[in-house]
This record gives sequence, structure tokens and C-alpha cells, in this order.
Amino acid sequence: MTTEENNKKPREEDAVDQKKRKSNESEKNEIGAQKEGAGDIKSDKRAKSKKERPNMQDKEGPMKQKRPGKKTDVEEHKEEESPSPKEPLLKKYVALIHEHLGENSLEDAYINRASKELPTLIVQPESYFSIARLLKTHQELQFNYLSELHGTDFKEYMEVYVHLYSFARKEHIALKVKLDREKPIIHSLVPLWEGANWPECEAYDLLGIEFKNHPDLKRIFLGEDWEGYPLRKDYEPYDVEV
Amino acid sequence: MVRTEEMLLNVGPQHPSTHGVFRLVVKIDGEIIQEATPVIGYLHRGTEKLAEDLQYTQIIPYTDRMDYLSAMTNNYVICHAVETLMGLEVPEKAEYLRVMAMELGRIASHLVWFGTYLLDIGATSPFLFAFREREAIINLLNELSGARLTFNYMRVGGVKWDAPEGWIDKVREFIPYMRKELEGYHDLVTGNEIFLNRVKGVGTYTKEDALQYSLSGANLRCTGVNYDLRKEEPYSIYDRFDFDVPTEETGDAFARYQVRMAEMEESLKILEQAVEQFPEEGNILGKVPRVIRPPEGEVYVRIESPRGEIGCYIASDGQKEPYRLKFRRPSFYNLQILPKLLKGENMANLVVILGGIDIVLGEVDG
Repeated sequence: MTTEENNKKPREEDAVDQKKRKSNESEKNEIGAQKEGAGDIKSDKRAKSKKERPNMQDKEGPMKQKRPGKKTDVEEHKEEESPSPKEPLLKKYVALIHEHLGENSLEDAYINRASKELPTLIVQPESYFSIARLLKTHQELQFNYLSELHGTDFKEYMEVYVHLYSFARKEHIALKVKLDREKPIIHSLVPLWEGANWPECEAYDLLGIEFKNHPDLKRIFLGEDWEGYPLRKDYEPYDVEV
Repeated sequence: MVRTEEMLLNVGPQHPSTHGVFRLVVKIDGEIIQEATPVIGYLHRGTEKLAEDLQYTQIIPYTDRMDYLSAMTNNYVICHAVETLMGLEVPEKAEYLRVMAMELGRIASHLVWFGTYLLDIGATSPFLFAFREREAIINLLNELSGARLTFNYMRVGGVKWDAPEGWIDKVREFIPYMRKELEGYHDLVTGNEIFLNRVKGVGTYTKEDALQYSLSGANLRCTGVNYDLRKEEPYSIYDRFDFDVPTEETGDAFARYQVRMAEMEESLKILEQAVEQFPEEGNILGKVPRVIRPPEGEVYVRIESPRGEIGCYIASDGQKEPYRLKFRRPSFYNLQILPKLLKGENMANLVVILGGIDIVLGEVDG
């Protein structure tokens, strides 16, 4: 195997490479490293850095937002004086989804206050499509416009973020689903919105998320022979220096 | 009866009417398009990947290169996203400068569209006129930012430079000049019978199609949907201006032409009011920490670019660099409807339909 081939493969990095890398980059390569068995020390490191981070923030000054995924109602009220004006709407959405698709279809629901008071639903992968369909077709929801769809690699999981808008009600909603990072497969939204076609190809191309029932899932930007998925956090660029 | 045979034809990637490096594989039977397959990615530079290693201020020049015909709106969208996430306040004067820059950019962008679209269809002189007026705008923006196209003008919390002396007066003089020229365009083109024959009833789609395909901007408004983010969710200081959102009902290429022409006039209206309200005194940069370190969290904002709804998603983990940055690029979404529009059309209508969507390939490929 030539050195070039070695470089291309993100999974098989060796220990020498690891040392060379700058310290702030080390976190990005954790997953690759963990797989090799060097995980224990590394994961300790991550746990530490996670604890430290909020402290650092406090020193920085008047930043009051927090990580959205871990918000609970109690904490929210502590930090923000007034409850969000969108709170009743969110309750309504959650009630409707529970009514139609069962209590287990939603993982979490909260208002993303930093993002202009955006109601956000985290849904179970199995009910992702049916919730999207309910949001689009239900008379009291009518989210008929897909504004945005993309994926993100959050290291522990892969996330698909969908932003919907209702022209009839002039309301927004964000729909998020957490997928298994090693095997991210999810139902395509193209049967509901044709506009999801290329964005899903983009997520497939750059993050390797597979969309079931997509009419033509292909690498839309990179070549078909491209190795790896560039927007994944453990992606190793062909030429590390660039 | 003449017998015809299916033929595969490559339009682009190096074709002047694709306005960049865009390739379209068309299957034609005689002159009728059976199937069209867009091939994109020739200009993909991985902006989002690059941004993950850059600080927020360093990302701004990259946004200039996405939609290079209206870089000011791209500048704005990322600054706006960071400001929203951090809860920063932007000084009034900076907002006025931003709005003026964006509206000038919108006119310049529509002028390029107008000129090149007519050139695609076969009229040469409108292109020359449009670029003459665009040059005036570019000179104005050059004086403001120091660059003609890739401005890198806005900063998180404000703008980089104050307006140079006399700049506001130059903008004020430009408005009546542009109004007069716009009238000239209408005399020259809008009533022209050859032009009307080429664009009327061509590339028609319905409101339902437009929503289904996530179209935005003039591509959506040409079907009768009154939707402009400057009105629907006023960002910056757009709620202070009195302007209309032009819409058309027919959904054909001519409707899109009319919407864009009317939008230039509306932009002039906004400019006129902004020039009058412009505060001479004040800061151009708000209270921003030296190192921009947004709190953990995520934000998605959308604004109205000349091509439609441009969005910016930031997931921050509290570091100097974004954990994930994503742009919702309107051209990328708008272009998806093209295969549907081309099916069954005459080959000669290809450039009319493609040009009517108004794409910028830097933005399609990201």
C-alpha cells in the first residue's frame, strides 16, 4: 500500500500521525482513535473538556444560551425570565402528534430560544416520516413548505435537521432526528416534498446519510469514486496540510 | 413525415448560457426535450467544511464567493446568524449601511440577470445598458467596502467601514438616475413583441409546484404567492421602510421577468427612505468581544436574497469556530424544478427557462 492510499483512509490512522496533530484537532479524530482501542484515555479527555467548557463560557461574559438538547423546562425558566410566547403552540403540536402517532414517537420537544423562539421536535427515527407527513397534511398544522434539510455529525450520533414553514399559519418548526452514526439510514422526504431531493443527495454526499425511497440518491457534488464523507468529523483529508 | 431519433446532448459545463459551470444532459427527440438531467458540483469548494476550521470573521470572505452577484446578502446572513445566537445588538447606523449595501446589491444582481437573460434570448443592447448601470452601483459599493464584488464588508455586530464622505449623496443621486434608466428598459424590452413571444407562457408552473419544489424569491412570487422575508419576518430594519412585494399570477418566464423588474423599483424605494433616515452620527460596530465565541446552541436564520430565501444554520459548541455551518442556498433549491420544466419543451426554450430561474453556480455548488 502506498502512502497515498494510507492517507486516504480515515479509519486506519497510526499513532505517529496522532502525535503530530495539534492538540485542538485531537478531539476531532477521537472516533477514529476509539475504534483502534486507544479509546479509554481519549474518552476521559473528552469528558473533561466537556465539563470545562461551560466554565470557560461563564468567564466570557453575558452569554446565556445553553445546549438545546439538554434543556428541561425547569432550567429554562431559571435562566429566562418569561416563558416563550411559542410555548402553547409547542404544546399543541406535541398533543397532536401524541394523539395521532402515539406517545413514543417523540423523543423531545423544546423551544430553541436562541433561534428566534423556534419550536423544535426531536423525533424517533421510526416515526420521522409519519410525523413529517402529519405536519404537512394535518389541518391544524399545514407545514407545507420545506425550507431546509441538512445533516450534521455530532460525533455520538448523526442528525438530520429539517426546517418547515406553514404559509397558511405563518409558523415555523424544526424537526430533528438522531441517527446511528455508523449506519445512518432514514426515510426520504421526497414523497412529501420534491424540494427535499437535492438536499438529501447533499447530505448523502457529504455525510453518508442514506435516505430510503429516494428516487435518485447520488453523490451530487463530489465524484462517484470519492472516498469517505468530508463533513464527518473524523474525515481525513487527502492532503492533511491543506 | 420526417423521422427523428433520440439524441443525447450535453449543454455545458462550458456554455455561456449556463452562467457558470453547469452541465445539463438533455435527451432530445428532434427538437423536443424528452428528459433533462442537471449535473452540478463543478464549483463545489467545500465552504462548509472549510468554515469548521475558521473563526467567524474569517468565514465572511468565503460567503462572498457563494452568490458572487449579491455578496452583501451573503455577508449579512452569517453575521445575522451569529448575532442572533449571541443576542448582540447592532448599532442603527450600521444597520442602515447594511440595508443600503444589500439593496444596491439586489439591484446590481437583478441588472446582471436582466442583461444576461436578454443576451441569452438574443438581444445584445440591453446587456450593455444593464452593465453600465451596474457599474455605477459597483463603484458605489467599491467606495464603501474597497472591493467591487467580493466585498467582505459586514462584521458580526456591524460593518467594517463607515460611509466615505459624500457617499450618501452619491446614493441619493443614483436613485433618480436608475429610475429613469429602468423606464428606458421597459421601453426597450418589456413591450417588445419578439421578447414577449419568447417568454410568455414558457416555463409555466403552478403555485402548488412552486411550494412542492421549495422555490423561493421571484420564482415563488411569480405564481401569486406574496412572500418576501423582508416583509414576513422583518430582519435588520426593514420594518421601517414602506415598500411593496411585487407578485404575478401566471407563473411563466414573463411573470418572473416582471417580478424582478418591479423589485428593482421597490429596492429604489427602500434606498430612498434609507438615505433620508440615515443617521450621520453613531457607531458602526456594536459591543462585540474581540474573539467571537458564541454560546453552545444552534440557530437557523433566513433572509431574502435577490435569488430567494438564503438561510444560515450554525451549531456552536462554544468555540471560536462553528461546529457546523450550513447555508441554505436559494439557487440550489430553485434549480431542482428544472428537469420538470424542460420535459416536453422545445430545445430553443431551454435557455429561456434556465435563465428565468436566475441561478448563480457558486451558490448552487456551495
